[in-house]
Amino acid sequence: MFYRLSGVHHSSYKSDRKMFPVPADRNLVVFLLILGIAAPFLVPSLYLNSYMLPWLIWTAAVLGLNLVTGWAGQLHLGYAAVMAVGAYSAVHAAKFGIPWEFALLIGGLASSVIGSLFAFTALRVKGLYLALTTLAMQFVMDWVLTHSPAISGGSHASLQSPTFALLGQKITSDAGLYYVALGWCVLVTIFMLNLKRTGLGRALVAVREKDFAAAILGVNSFYYKVVAFAASSFIAGVTGAILVATFYFLAAPEQFAVNVSIQVLAMVIIGGLGSIIGSYLGAALILLVPGIVNKIFSGGADVIGLNLGIETLAHIPNAAYGALIVIFLMVEPLGLGKLYANVRDYLMVWPFDQLKK
Amino acid sequence: MDWIFLGELTINGALTGLLYSLVAIGLVLIYKSSAVPNLAQGALTMMGAYVVLAFSHNLGWSLWISIPLAVVIMFFVGMGIERVALRRLAGRPIVMILMMTMGLDIFLRGTTLAIWGGTSRSMNLGVSYNPFFVGDMLLSRIHMVGAAVAIALFIGFMVFFRTRMGIRLRAISDDYLASWSVGISVERGVGLSWGLASIVAVATGVIWGEVQGVDQSLSILLLKGLTVAVLGGLDSIFGAIVAGIILGVLESVGSFYLDPIVGGGSRDLIVAGVLILTVMIRPHGLFGRHDIERI
Repeated sequence: MFYRLSGVHHSSYKSDRKMFPVPADRNLVVFLLILGIAAPFLVPSLYLNSYMLPWLIWTAAVLGLNLVTGWAGQLHLGYAAVMAVGAYSAVHAAKFGIPWEFALLIGGLASSVIGSLFAFTALRVKGLYLALTTLAMQFVMDWVLTHSPAISGGSHASLQSPTFALLGQKITSDAGLYYVALGWCVLVTIFMLNLKRTGLGRALVAVREKDFAAAILGVNSFYYKVVAFAASSFIAGVTGAILVATFYFLAAPEQFAVNVSIQVLAMVIIGGLGSIIGSYLGAALILLVPGIVNKIFSGGADVIGLNLGIETLAHIPNAAYGALIVIFLMVEPLGLGKLYANVRDYLMVWPFDQLKK
Repeated sequence: MDWIFLGELTINGALTGLLYSLVAIGLVLIYKSSAVPNLAQGALTMMGAYVVLAFSHNLGWSLWISIPLAVVIMFFVGMGIERVALRRLAGRPIVMILMMTMGLDIFLRGTTLAIWGGTSRSMNLGVSYNPFFVGDMLLSRIHMVGAAVAIALFIGFMVFFRTRMGIRLRAISDDYLASWSVGISVERGVGLSWGLASIVAVATGVIWGEVQGVDQSLSILLLKGLTVAVLGGLDSIFGAIVAGIILGVLESVGSFYLDPIVGGGSRDLIVAGVLILTVMIRPHGLFGRHDIERI
C-alpha cells in the first residue's frame, strides 16, 4: 500500500547505513516537513502560537532528554533545571547586548557545563539513586534561582527577555517565531536521526544495555555517559532559551520547576524511550490532553446540569494528566512510538501478513 | 552561645525529624518488599488526611471513628494501587516504575483536590497548641505526639516482622525468587506492604495535618521522607527512625545558622544537600543492605 515493499532487505553496507531504509518513511518525513513549513498559511495564528510553537519546542526538549534517558539509559529528573540554566544565561547574555545567535550558544554551553555535573553522579550510582540525585539537584537549582535576585531578576523573580533577533533582523511576527521553533526542532531531529547511524549512538546504546559489558567491549562507559549528559544538556539549554525568547517572553523560576522535569520525562515515557516519532507524539499528547479533558468535563457538566465547583474544574486536568501517564504505562509501557511501529510493521508486509518482517 | 536555645533547636528538630520518619517508614515498607520507590507516598499521605476529614469534617463523625475507617479504606486503596498499577510493571526498567509512581502521585493529588478542594483545613485533633516546658525549653506538643506515633509504629512493625506474615514479608524482601519457590505468595506480600504503607500514610496525614493544616503541601513531604529513607537505607525501618532524627536535627540547627547567611529558606537546601551527599558517599544508606551487582 504505502510502503510497496515486503520487509527490508539489504544487499550492501551502504543501503544498511541509509537514514531511511524504507522510501515511504522518507516521503512521510518530507511531507510532514512541508506541512510544518506551510503551517503559518494553513493554521490560524492563535493555534499556531499557542499550540504548534510550544509543541515543537517541547519536542526538541523531549528529544534532548530522550538522548540521555532513551539512548544512554541514564535517568534524569533534573532536566528542567538544565533548561533553566540555558534560558537564564541566554537571556542575560542577550540583555548584555550579545547577538541572539551567540546568546543561544552561550546558553547551550552553560547548560552543558552544569549538566555535565549531573553526569558525575552517574559515575558513582545508577538507576534509582541517579534519579534521586538528579531530583535533589533540581531542588538545589530551584533554590538558587529563587534566592538569587542577580540571576532571576529582582523581587518579582521574573526576567524580561529582549526581542528575539537573528542576523540582525528582529523577529516579532507569529510566523517568524514559529519558524525559529520549527528550525530548532528540525535541527535536533536531524541530529537524533543521525545519532543511531554513528559510532557515538551505538556506544550510547551499549552503555544503556549494560555498562559493565560495554566496558569489557572497550567502550569507556563513563566517558559516554558524560558525553550523553553534555549533549543532552546543550539541547536542553538552547531549547530553554528559545522557549523563553519565543513563547514565554519572560523567564521565571516556576517555568523550570520540578513538575516541568516530570512533565518532560512523562512526554519521553509516553512517547516511547528512544523513539523519535514518539517524542513528537508524546509531547503533543501531554500538552493537549489536560485541556481537552477540562473542556469535556465542563461541557459535560453543563449538559447534565451538574454544578462542578471551580476548584474541582481546576484540578481535573491534573488528575487527567496523572491518569494518562498511569494508563499508558499499564496498557503500552513502550509508548506511542511502539504503537506507531506496530502499525508500520503491519502495513510494511501487508497484504502478505504471513511473511512476518 | 545559648545552650538552652541550641538544646531546644536540637530536640524540636529531632521531634520534627521523627515526623519525617513517618513518611520514610511508608517508603521503606514498599521498597523493602518490592524494590519500588514509591514516589506517590506524599500523595497517599495527603489522601489519607483528606479521607479522615471527609468523615470527621463533612459527615461530622467523631475523629476516633473516622481514623479507623480511613485506615481501613486506605489499606484497600494501597492494595488496589499495587494490584492494578504496579503488579504488571514487575520486571520493567526502573524508569517506568518511577514514572508510574510519579503518575500515581499526580493522579491521586489531582483527584483528591478535585473531590475535596484545595483550601487548607485543620485536623482538630485536640492537642493543645500551648508549648510543653522542659526546664526553660519550649517543645511543641503535637510534635511530641507525632514522634510517639512514629516510635509506636516502629515498635509495632518490629513486632509484626516477628509474626508469621511478617516473616513472609522479610523472606520476600530477602529474595523473592526463593520465596516464590517455597510457596510464599509474593504478590500477596507485596500487596500487603502497600496496604501497610497506606496505613502509615493515614497516620502521617493526621499528624502532619494537625501540624500544618490539610492541603496540597502535605504531598511535598515526599522529598523529606525520601531523603530520610535514603539516608537510613531504603530497606531499613530502624534506619528510617535514626535518619529522621539526624535529618531533623541537621535541618533545624543548620537552618538556624545558615538562614542569616543565605537569606532564608535554607531548609530545603539542607535536605537536598543531605540527599546528594548520601547518594555520593554511601548510596545504600546508614543501615541499608549493600547489594553487589552481577554482570
